Amino acid sequence: MSDVLIRAKGLSVGFPIGGGMFNKQILKAVDNVSLDIEKGSFFGLVGESGSGKTTLGRALLKAAPITGGGAHYSDGEVDYDLENISKEQLKDYRKRAQLIFQDPYAALSPRMTVRDIIAEPLEVMGLTKTRAETDARVREIAAKCRLNLEHLRRFPHAFSGGQRQRISIARALVSAPKFIVADESVAALDVSIQADVLNLLKQIQSDMGLTFMFISHDLSVVAHTCDHVAVMYLGRLVETAPTRKLFAAPRHPYTKALFSAIPSLDPDDRGTAQKLTGEIPSPTNQPSGCKFHTRCPFAIDHCKQVEPKLETDGSGHDVSCHRWKELMAPEAA
Amino acid sequence: MTALIDVKNLTLKFRTDEGLITAVDNVSFSLNKGEVMGLVGESGSGKSVTAKALMHLNAKNAVYSPESRITLHNDKGPVDVLSLRTPRELNIVRGGAVSMIFQEPMASFAPAITIGKQMVEQLQLHGNYTKEQAKKISVEMLDRVGISDAARRFDQYAFELSGGMRQRAMIAMALSTKPKLLIADEPTTALDVTIQAQVIDLMKDLVSEFHMGIVFITHDLGVVAQTADKVNVMYLGRMIEEGPVREVIRNPKHPYTQGLLAALPKLEDLDAPLTPVPGDIPSPLERPSGCVFHTRCSQIVGDVCRHTEPSEKSIDTTHKVSCHIYDEVSA
Repeated sequence: MSDVLIRAKGLSVGFPIGGGMFNKQILKAVDNVSLDIEKGSFFGLVGESGSGKTTLGRALLKAAPITGGGAHYSDGEVDYDLENISKEQLKDYRKRAQLIFQDPYAALSPRMTVRDIIAEPLEVMGLTKTRAETDARVREIAAKCRLNLEHLRRFPHAFSGGQRQRISIARALVSAPKFIVADESVAALDVSIQADVLNLLKQIQSDMGLTFMFISHDLSVVAHTCDHVAVMYLGRLVETAPTRKLFAAPRHPYTKALFSAIPSLDPDDRGTAQKLTGEIPSPTNQPSGCKFHTRCPFAIDHCKQVEPKLETDGSGHDVSCHRWKELMAPEAA
Repeated sequence: MTALIDVKNLTLKFRTDEGLITAVDNVSFSLNKGEVMGLVGESGSGKSVTAKALMHLNAKNAVYSPESRITLHNDKGPVDVLSLRTPRELNIVRGGAVSMIFQEPMASFAPAITIGKQMVEQLQLHGNYTKEQAKKISVEMLDRVGISDAARRFDQYAFELSGGMRQRAMIAMALSTKPKLLIADEPTTALDVTIQAQVIDLMKDLVSEFHMGIVFITHDLGVVAQTADKVNVMYLGRMIEEGPVREVIRNPKHPYTQGLLAALPKLEDLDAPLTPVPGDIPSPLERPSGCVFHTRCSQIVGDVCRHTEPSEKSIDTTHKVSCHIYDEVSA
């Protein structure tokens, strides 16, 4: 087993909402999540909007408040407890952990040149001393992201979506981070550009030995890029497994439903799959027992009362469902 | 099969500070009643502009060429869409016989007016209804598209609904005037896969129930495979391939269509590399000469691609492609 870069244990993120002084409610966006992200892996996080995947990603970057449990970062050089991180350590952690956003149109300042956009983290973090040094670093990283070096003097509006996303990636990489959270980084792109950006991310990961957390709602994209996948629903981890295991035999009814919702490229394969009805419940008004029971076609009374625990079977394929074994049985036979 | 809409030689340019920009270049297609057409292409390929032309809805700086013809076959006889001028005349293609749903339902509803009021308003604009009748139709329609507790939702504002609900309300509103043609511009792109599957099912049901034609604009070929009867692929304002959905997806002829399919991640084969179409779509200000796709094409047959615009060739009676690879086939 290789080294673990980030280990979350019982991690929760809550936000206080509404109410007066005495009846403050807590919205639990991420609830008791434990996971290990191995060094050098491409870790996928999937789920519908409102499942808490973005919040979990931000908590691991220490950009959302950790209200319960904790997370550890250890890359061999440093070892940080993200819950009780000091100001000095946090400053260093910002260099080591970076975020790539979804919308390359909103993420880049329209009034800065590409060179300045990429150079800004270096200057803010004080990583380079002279302008010449900064320029050299910017050019090096821009070349790695397949940006035309002639374009560094232009402004973002002159670029297409795919080129902008490459600029965002260059900006995230310029501080030589170890850990990158890519939040829906290809969702806004056309298929052809999406393929190009995914190939680029893979390339960079192996060249620079990075660890990625790849947040996406698109399972086919995740299947192609990630080594390990975690499925979230309403702040909980419902299933986690190595990609191939998960896609070969998903165990949780929610994971199965997500698979069957992917539109098939075969025009004759229409509507045979099992569709999920309804929508994800509001996190302020969470169902009792298993959070998924309101939409699960296999829910029984037990599911409504008792919350299932994440079961580990030793092979790295964990699932949190009361009935997964009996539901898998007919398929195995 | 009765024709619903006929588009002939549609050419559309926009007058801008930098000169005339060609958005749609000599595009022809037709759609029958009860048929779903998928309109596919990258951003900038001209799909939305083409669809908006069907409603004569493009901005003031749009210039249609004199040969452009769009004919809508309405109950009371054919309508020449591009000759409509006054708002009263245009009513027929703007919410009357033709309706449109958009990608971003939050941006399409007025935020400070209830959903119900907006639905009643448009019903009264297009038909002779009293307020009570219009309300009844609206609530029934909201119920029909699967919005629970429709009477209560009627009095709510767009921000009170979830994304999937909003898109359903949008569909309900577009269909309440019983249009003959529905234009759906990326209606599921902003939705989760699970909700997308629900909306696709709903649209399929509605086609069979109301027997309308749908122009479904999307860049997702999976969605096309699941919804459309036929597919038209656009690139830089040109219609480069068209045919029945099975033909185009299983047996794509144009290198661009082949490229779009190769770029898709496939669940059946996780080891297959993702192959992007090289390069980016050129700016419409720098339209390539000859075949507009030659700057990114990996199967160029010769100088002819750079100099001569390919004409449309028939692979069979329904499957057509514009590419020089097939020059000898038709010769």
